[in-house]
Amino acid sequence: MKEFKILAVLVVLVGVLYYGIEPYAHSVMHPEVAPANFNFDDLKNVDTSIKGNGANGKVLVEANCIACHAIEKVGHLQLMPNADAAAAYGVTPPDLSHAGRIYDKNFLANFIFDPVSALHLEHKYPVGGAKTFPMPAYNWMSQQDIMDIVVYLQSIAPKVLDDKVGHAITFKAACGRCHSMKYGTLEATTPADALKTYMGVTPPDLSQHIKSRGEHYLHSFINNPQVLIKGTAMPRVGLTEKAQEEVIAYMEEIGDSKKEERETVGLWVMGYMVVFALLAYLWKRQIWKKVH
Amino acid sequence: MAEFKKADSMLEWFDQRLGVVKFAKVMMTEYWIPKNINFLWAMGVLLTVMFAILLISGIFLLMYYKPDINMAFDSVNYTIMQEVGYGWLFRHIHAVGASVIFLIIYIHMFTGIYYGSYKRGREMIWISGMILFMLFSAEGFSGYMLPWGQMSYWAAYVITEIFGGIPLIGGDLVVWIRGNFYVADSTLTRFFMLHVLLIPLAIIGAIVLHFYALRFPHVNNEEGEFFDFDAEAEKYQEGKHKESKVIPFWPVFLSKDIFVLGVFLVFFFYLVFFHYGFAMDPVNFDKADNLKTPAHIYPEWYFLWSYEVLRGWFFEIAGVSGKSLGLMAFGFANAIFLVLPWLDRSPMVKPANQRPYFKYWFWLLIADLMVLTLFGKLPPTGANAWVGFGASSAFLILFIALPFITAAEAKKVKGQ
Repeated sequence: MKEFKILAVLVVLVGVLYYGIEPYAHSVMHPEVAPANFNFDDLKNVDTSIKGNGANGKVLVEANCIACHAIEKVGHLQLMPNADAAAAYGVTPPDLSHAGRIYDKNFLANFIFDPVSALHLEHKYPVGGAKTFPMPAYNWMSQQDIMDIVVYLQSIAPKVLDDKVGHAITFKAACGRCHSMKYGTLEATTPADALKTYMGVTPPDLSQHIKSRGEHYLHSFINNPQVLIKGTAMPRVGLTEKAQEEVIAYMEEIGDSKKEERETVGLWVMGYMVVFALLAYLWKRQIWKKVH
Repeated sequence: MAEFKKADSMLEWFDQRLGVVKFAKVMMTEYWIPKNINFLWAMGVLLTVMFAILLISGIFLLMYYKPDINMAFDSVNYTIMQEVGYGWLFRHIHAVGASVIFLIIYIHMFTGIYYGSYKRGREMIWISGMILFMLFSAEGFSGYMLPWGQMSYWAAYVITEIFGGIPLIGGDLVVWIRGNFYVADSTLTRFFMLHVLLIPLAIIGAIVLHFYALRFPHVNNEEGEFFDFDAEAEKYQEGKHKESKVIPFWPVFLSKDIFVLGVFLVFFFYLVFFHYGFAMDPVNFDKADNLKTPAHIYPEWYFLWSYEVLRGWFFEIAGVSGKSLGLMAFGFANAIFLVLPWLDRSPMVKPANQRPYFKYWFWLLIADLMVLTLFGKLPPTGANAWVGFGASSAFLILFIALPFITAAEAKKVKGQ
């Protein structure tokens, strides 16, 4: 009985310490931010209830987009090597093959209308400022035309499997122009020196971000970087919830590749120790019976 | 050379040459421990096992770790964590083990304080134990630098910077410790040497001294009772097991310790596999960058109380800067436990709760250390800074007051 009392005192003291040092201290250092919003409700320039026409979208894309963007899925190959593209635009322009799948419809439509406000980069590209965003705003286009483009891009986007290969495709399309993933042998398509000039800082390698930032942080950050780091050069990416989950899944598959093994082995080791402790208890009782 | 007759068994062969039968008696079956003990008496064995676990996991890590600022981070986070079979397991065991061993050290240490196991003949046990605490602190600090993450770098920067506050030699001392003007490759390599060679050697030596120091004054018991160990041992050997106040180290004492160890290891491995974030700080999974200071720099949890004693002094008093005052308080806090046997002026060896004045001192100290630890992690702004100052002052006052409190206690007890 006395031993249980001692144990209770210990558990309370250690419990208070743990709570204060870990969950509490971290909640003070990293306050909660607004929950992720995957509808991108703040963007209202384009009425996305308009029904788009894919055939017209195809014509518009071929007339307006492929001068800069590759769409390998439908045969529009990249026009110049990455280094030249980065030199021309600041950053390599994205291949649009997956755009209709990974980007939210509302985000994509409003992005075409005005990229800077959709990306939340007004602080970097103020109206009338020295720097201009590489892609022009298509705010002169009719809402119908914009929705036609969106529907077309959605129609050509290939489906990917929900596995490591599929997750890697999504990651490359969503993050791979600026971020490397050294442990996954992925290198940013924009050369490092061009990136530094374009972004102001070298975007971090993401190999260990699943550990250093954690899933919870990434969930908010990818959805809207500005809520966590005000003024960051990282744009709001506009991923759908599913595409964002695929990106995070890939980061975990690369950054914490032994998670499954850890959790399986963990249960076996703990099970072993429970049996060990029970046997040790029986042995202890047998021995102490003789001295008490 | 002595004349050896042909041995009849392997045991006899070894006994002739190494005296193993006598040795086993002295070390195990006739090494007497008081019977009146609780599970807190198992912490020594837990610590020995934890040290062995750290040593073994450390040896495995050493096979792949690269002490070079360009390779260290990836050798830990890629090679060991992802490529080497079960490398992650050894890293998790080593990192969590290093954190948890301090929890057990603190329990062991405060058990000693609570039961008065540091005085009346047990001074050397206490001193060798405190030397071990200091060596483990140095071992923990030097090891934390090795993964070369952001917290490794900045904790090393802040802690080595502390030595700069020492008058006259401070500036030179910092450069001497770092091997450079800033925390650099030279710092990493020398801390690597300290972590894998010099400090472990010293720890092993200090453990031997600590065990040796136990032999003559013997282990204390739950009531602080002094009795004749030889007489009690004789009773035990006569078969009066129930009557005797002692038990042999093997198998009786260890059977209980092994059970406690089993329960502890269930908890330990739960932390290793499923709840390791407290020992592997997320910030440290960003590679060290000397141009990018993290928003919050804090040491591992076991250094928080002394870190807060240092930080608590944030303003100038009588022309002495807060930094200097903090450094003095920090030096005091880290040295004062060593002389505890002489600060306690009361001859009573009893559990704290049976001592009229000491019991208040003990629980106030625990409360103060808890406050220091909790606030040591929080940003030192606004009211937090003043709580830190209060708790840091309280720590100093408690130790300055201890000789007076215990002297008064000695008087009171004598009068009864």
